[in-house]
Amino acid sequence: MGEIKALQLFHGPNHPGMHGNFSVHIKVDGDIVVEAEANPGMLHRGFEKLMERRNWMQNIALILRVCVVEPDINEAAYSMAVETIEGMDVPERAQWIRVMILEMARIANHLMSLGGIGGPTGLYTGPNWALVDRDLILDIFEKITGARVYHMYIVPGGVRQDVTDEILKDLEKVLDDIEKRLPEYRELILEHPIIQKRTKNIAVLTRDQALSWGVTGIALRATGVDYDVRKYDPYLVYDKVEFDVPTVDFSDAYNRLWLKYQEIYQSIRIIRQVIEKMPSGKVREKLPGNALKWRVKKGDAYVKLESARGEFGYYMVSDGGTKPYRVFVRGASYPQGLLGIEKGLPGTRLEDVAIWLDTMGVCAPEIDR
Amino acid sequence: MDKPKANLFSSIKSLKYLFKKPVTIEIPKVYREAADRYRGFHTNDWDKCIGCGTCSEICPTNAIRMEKVPGYEAGNGQTDERPVIDYGRCCWCGFCVDICTTGSLKMSKDYIFISPDANDFIYIPDEEGINKNYPEEGYRRNDETDLLELERVIMGHLSAEERGDSFIEYVRGYSKEEAIREASRCVECGICTYTCPAHMNIPEYIRTIWEDDLEKGVEYLYKTNPLPGVCGRVCTHKCESVCSLGHRGEPIAIRWLKRYIVDNTPDDEYEKVVLAEVSKPGKGKVAIIGAGPAGLSAAYYLRTLGYEVDVFEQMPLAGGVMRYGIPRYRLPDEALDRDISFIEKIGVRIHTNYKVDKEKFKELKEKYDAVFLSTGFFTGRKLPPHILPGSDHTDVIAAMDFLPKVRDFVRGMGEMPEVGEKVVIIGGGNVGFDVGRSVVRLQRMKYGKVDVTITALESEDILPADREELEEGREEGLKVVFSRGPKEIVIEDGKIKGLLTVKCLRVFDDEGKFNPQFDEEDKLFLEADQIFMAVGQAPDYNYIPDDIMEKLEIVRGKIKADEYGRTNFEWLFVGGDIKEGPDIIHGIANGHNAAKAIDEYLRKKYGIE
Repeated sequence: MGEIKALQLFHGPNHPGMHGNFSVHIKVDGDIVVEAEANPGMLHRGFEKLMERRNWMQNIALILRVCVVEPDINEAAYSMAVETIEGMDVPERAQWIRVMILEMARIANHLMSLGGIGGPTGLYTGPNWALVDRDLILDIFEKITGARVYHMYIVPGGVRQDVTDEILKDLEKVLDDIEKRLPEYRELILEHPIIQKRTKNIAVLTRDQALSWGVTGIALRATGVDYDVRKYDPYLVYDKVEFDVPTVDFSDAYNRLWLKYQEIYQSIRIIRQVIEKMPSGKVREKLPGNALKWRVKKGDAYVKLESARGEFGYYMVSDGGTKPYRVFVRGASYPQGLLGIEKGLPGTRLEDVAIWLDTMGVCAPEIDR
Repeated sequence: MDKPKANLFSSIKSLKYLFKKPVTIEIPKVYREAADRYRGFHTNDWDKCIGCGTCSEICPTNAIRMEKVPGYEAGNGQTDERPVIDYGRCCWCGFCVDICTTGSLKMSKDYIFISPDANDFIYIPDEEGINKNYPEEGYRRNDETDLLELERVIMGHLSAEERGDSFIEYVRGYSKEEAIREASRCVECGICTYTCPAHMNIPEYIRTIWEDDLEKGVEYLYKTNPLPGVCGRVCTHKCESVCSLGHRGEPIAIRWLKRYIVDNTPDDEYEKVVLAEVSKPGKGKVAIIGAGPAGLSAAYYLRTLGYEVDVFEQMPLAGGVMRYGIPRYRLPDEALDRDISFIEKIGVRIHTNYKVDKEKFKELKEKYDAVFLSTGFFTGRKLPPHILPGSDHTDVIAAMDFLPKVRDFVRGMGEMPEVGEKVVIIGGGNVGFDVGRSVVRLQRMKYGKVDVTITALESEDILPADREELEEGREEGLKVVFSRGPKEIVIEDGKIKGLLTVKCLRVFDDEGKFNPQFDEEDKLFLEADQIFMAVGQAPDYNYIPDDIMEKLEIVRGKIKADEYGRTNFEWLFVGGDIKEGPDIIHGIANGHNAAKAIDEYLRKKYGIE
C-alpha cells in the first residue's frame, strides 16, 4: 500500500452542488478537507463598475443580475438608496406592493433552496417539485411585471405598474396552493431519513463564527440570534404587518433548511396581510425631465434589507449627475460564501462541501460581482 | 411548529404523483399564452415612428441601434432611420417602449422564435413582428411607466388686465429652475435641427441650459443665428411643430429656452463668446442693402469671415420688420438692440437713414465687391377697389403703413397713430393679430374701451395665425369672426360705416390652391369707422437700376435665386423676404447661406485659398 497523497480538487464551477459559475479549490487529505480557497472570476461582470456608466434608470436592467434567484431585492435596495439620497417620497401603495414582491421573491428563493438540497444529496424529486411550485410564483410575477425571472419592476420612486385586483386574486390562489403543498415538502424532504442523516450535524456554524465573520440571515438565525432587518430596522411597511422570525439554536445544515421551510409560511402570512391592507393610490413618483436626464442629488446612502440569504445592502454615492458615482453591493451571502468557505470548510468531509454552499444560501454573483 | 422527525415511510406518499397528470407541457403541441403585460418581441409602427432614436439612447444593453432603411423615404419631421434590435443583447426591460416618443414601438406577447441563423436575431421591428404573425400587444406603457415628461413648464404671462393697455412685453421668460426643468424634457433627437430653416444646434444649446453652461449655449446659438434674442421671442418656431415630444405630449418650448440663454448670460461673457471667432479684416468689401434679419445675418457671418461689411438702411433704426413690424409687446427694442449691438461690436458698419436709389445702387456696385439685397416686403398690400369697393378710402389702412407708426409712438419717436372707436381688421394671419392687438391697446389708452373685430377667411381650425395669438388676443378683448370674406366697405357721407362680409365656404380648392368660394346670400355687416387690411406685404424694387432689374427673374414678387442667394449676376446676392417670403428665421438662414456663397465668390476673385 502506497502513501495517501494530498490532492487538490476543483469544486465547481460545474458541480450539482455549486450555485453559479463559481468554484472552490479544495485540498483534501483522504476525504477530509485540509484547505479551501475561493476561486472567483468565472462570473465576474464588474457590476459595480458597470453601474457607474449607466444612468439611474438603465441600472435597473443590470443590478438584478447580482442574484438570479432573488433579483427583486437588488431592485429594492438600489431604488431605496436612490430615494434616500434624493429625498423622494414613495407612494404608500408602492411600498406595500414592494413588500409583496419581496416576500414573493423570498418564497421563490426558499422553494429553490429546499429543492436545491437534492443536488448535494441526490434526492431529485425535491428540485422537480420545488421548481414547479416556484413557477407558480413566477406566473404571478409575469402577470404583475411582464417578465418571469428578471422583473425590472421596483424602480426609484415606486414600482413600474399597479397591481390589479384580478392578479391579487390569482396570487391568493397560488399562496393557498403552495401552503397546501408544504406539508408534502415536510414529508418528502425534512422527514426523509437520508436527508436527516446527511444534513444533521453537518456544515456546522457556531454563533461566534457567524458573528465574527459577519454572517446574517438564516445562517445566523440558526445559531439563535434573532437578527432580521425587517424587525430590527423596519423598512417599507414591515412594521405594519405581523410575522415571526423563526430561530433555532444550532446552525447545522438541517436546521437552516428547517428555518427556510418555516419562513415560507411567514412570507405567505405577510403577503396575505398586504393584500388585505394595501391602500389604493398611485404607485410611482418620478424625477423631473425624461429618464435620460434624471439627476440625483449629491450625497450618499446605505440601505439594508433582509434578503432570503441575509442582510443585503447597497452603499451608493451620487455626485449630482445622471449616473451613480460609486455603488457598493453588500451581497448577503458574501461572508459565509467567502470567509465561510476558507475558514469553515477545513476539517469537514469532501461530500459536505456542497451541503455547506447550498444550505448557507450562497449566491455566487454576490461574491464574484 | 414541531420539528420534523425522521420517518422512513414519509416519502413513499410521493408515489401518488405517478398517477397524476404531469404539470409540464410539450411545446409546440401545447402553446402557453403569455400574460397580458408580457415583455416579448417588439413591433414598430413605421407610419408613426419618426426615427428619433430615443429607444436606442435608453437601451441599457446597447441592443438597439438606428439604421438607415434602404429605399425608405422619410417625411417631414422624421429621419430615414429606424430601430434595429439585436436580440442577442436585448434584456427585455421595455424601457424603449416606456420612452418611445411616438408610441410606435411596442412589445408583443410573442416569446418563441427559432432560427438556425444567428443573424435572424438582429431584427428591424415592423408591425408584422419577428414571426410575421401580427402578434397581440403585450406590455403597454402607461402614465406610470412613461419615461418622458410630457407636460411643458408653464410660461408666466402678464394677465390680460396687466398687459391690455400697455405695450410692455408680457411673456415673462423662464427662471433658472423652470428653464432647467424644461430643458430636461429634451431627448436630443435633433429632428428640430433638421427642420429649422437655419439648422440651429437646438439639442446642443438646450443641453447647455440643463448643464447650466450658458456661455457654451451662446456659442451654439451664434453658430447659425446672430439674432437669438429676437428669435427667442418671435420666431415662428417650426422646430416645435416637429418636436418628438409633441407626438404624445407638448413640444419642448424651444423658443423660450433660446430666449432664456440670451437673457441670462451676462453681457461680458456674451461679448467674449461672440467676439472670439472674428477674423481680422482682409481683402473684400460687401455692401448690404436692408438691415433686416437677412441683411444683419449676412453681415455678421461675412464680418466673422474677415470681410468689410457696410449695411445700408433707409429707416432711422436698424432691424427692418423686427423694429417696425412686430409689436413691442412681443419684441421689445432692448432685445433687438442687444442683438444688433453685438453685430456692430464685431465691426459691421450700419448706415441708417440711408435710402439706396438707382444712382446709389450703381455707386455701391462700383465701390464694393459684392452686393447683398435684403430689402424685405415692407410695403403694405391692400385689396384694390375693383375687388373690394371702398378700399381706397383714407380710413382703410394697410398693416405695414400702421405698425411702424405704432412702434415709433411706443418708443417716443412719433405721435399716436389715429385709431377709430370701432375697428375691423381684414386678415387672420399673425400680422392681422399684431394690428388687432395693437389697436386694442391704443383704444384702451385713448377711449378706455375696446371694439376691435378681426375677420378671417379661414375657419378656426385652419386659422393661419398662431393659436396663442388667438387665445391671448381674445383675452385682451379682441373679437374674431371666422369664415368671412370682405364684400364691400360701406361708406356714407364720406365716412366708413362698416364692412359687409359674406360667408366663405372654402379657402383652398381640392388641389390645395388658394381659391376661396363664397355664399353671397349669407351676409354679415360689421360696423366700423376704421378698417385695417392685413392681407400680405409686398416688395419694392424701385431702387434697382433698370438694366439690372431686366435680367433678374421675378416669380410671384420674389427674386429668383438659388439656395445660396446667387442671382444671374455673380456679384449680386439676395435673401430674406424678397427670396423666401416673409419669415424671420428663413431670412436669417438666407443671410448665413449667402455669406457662404459670397465668401466663395470673393475667395475666387482674390485667389484666396
